[in-house]
Amino acid sequence: MATVLVVTSGKGGVGKTTSTAALGVALAQAGQKTVVIDFDVGLRNLDLVLGAERRVVFDLVNVVQGEAKLAQALIRDKRVETLSLLAASQTRDKDALTEAGVARVIEELREKFDWIVCDSPAGIEKGASLAMRFADRALVVTNPEVSSVRDSDRIVGLLDSKTLRAEHGDKMEKHLLVTRFDPTRAERGDMMKVEDILEILAIPLIGVIPDSEEVLKASNLGAPVTLSAPGSAPARAYAEATRRLLGETLDVTLPAEKKSLIGRLFGRRVA
Amino acid sequence: MNLLNFFQRKPTAPVARERLQILLAHERATSGRPGLTNLLKDEILAVIKKHVAIDPEKVQVKLDSHSGVSTLEIDIEMPVQPRPAV
Ligand SMILES: Nc1ncnc2c1ncn2[C@@H]1O[C@H](COP(=O)(O)OP(=O)(O)O)[C@@H](O)[C@H]1O
Ligand SMILES: [Mg+2]
Repeated sequence: MATVLVVTSGKGGVGKTTSTAALGVALAQAGQKTVVIDFDVGLRNLDLVLGAERRVVFDLVNVVQGEAKLAQALIRDKRVETLSLLAASQTRDKDALTEAGVARVIEELREKFDWIVCDSPAGIEKGASLAMRFADRALVVTNPEVSSVRDSDRIVGLLDSKTLRAEHGDKMEKHLLVTRFDPTRAERGDMMKVEDILEILAIPLIGVIPDSEEVLKASNLGAPVTLSAPGSAPARAYAEATRRLLGETLDVTLPAEKKSLIGRLFGRRVA
Repeated sequence: MNLLNFFQRKPTAPVARERLQILLAHERATSGRPGLTNLLKDEILAVIKKHVAIDPEKVQVKLDSHSGVSTLEIDIEMPVQPRPAV
């Protein structure tokens, strides 16, 4: 049975698109038939992060509006064969998406894929509400920072009230993904700890992704860390989160503090 | 950063945490997500109702948090002669 997973946050720039791409790759590498959908109509980026920007002919809006068939708009990844992308339109606006149209597309995708990962735009307007509307599960992407945590709390409320599942009285499974975590700053007391965020948002933790330059390098290359730098700390954290998504129970590894040269010389204890 | 600052600086993360806890307790109460207060109230009342018939109108619940300590205040008006509910 297919699972529709929304990657959402309220706030922009926290790592939704990065996480959608990295997890999409990891799910596909695990043999799952996976499609990632960009709901950020007007500001598409998932195609770029996945290195498929030159292959977009038709997009989600075309399919919703009946201007193209789903099969024409799905872009098969060249590196991981079980991964496909449904891009957003760059020239239209979010009103081009209709609830009935999106429902039809999701229904059709459910027949073809195991995982349908919806990359939500920022905000709580139409694009974001349509991205979460048909979800079975949600990944709430949060940075250890006050405005991000507050926006995530708002999104949790919407997931529990405005999704189809919530309206039917079904359970909406939510997972917290903390991204851009910097263990050095957390240890110093200037970044909220993962436990603080967990306590405030009160949804189960699925992973902690360290702030890492590997992520920037990966988007420069158009190949998510799970593909281009599988041994790197963020890639391992995404791989671990993926295993948990797939139902494995394993402890969440917290990113370890990088010891500075001085720290190493003096053998300072870290995290 | 000079040395003096280094030794005097206070961590800022606990402030962030505290501010969020207060803010969100309020926002949840006003925007539908059942806050912790309501949840505690409902569950505590359910337990008490097993043994005593109480009027839900005569229950006051207050949750506060100051400098890292949370307090839960529950004020329940009990009937004169507690009797088992049904
Ligand atoms: N773990 C990370 N470490 C470093 N930079 C990151 C990390 N995650 C995301 N970024 C960067 O943050 C920016 C915003 O990420 P993006 O995924 O586009 O956010 P969103 O989709 O939530 O708006 C991008 O420049 C991205 O490269
Ligand atoms: Mg994005």
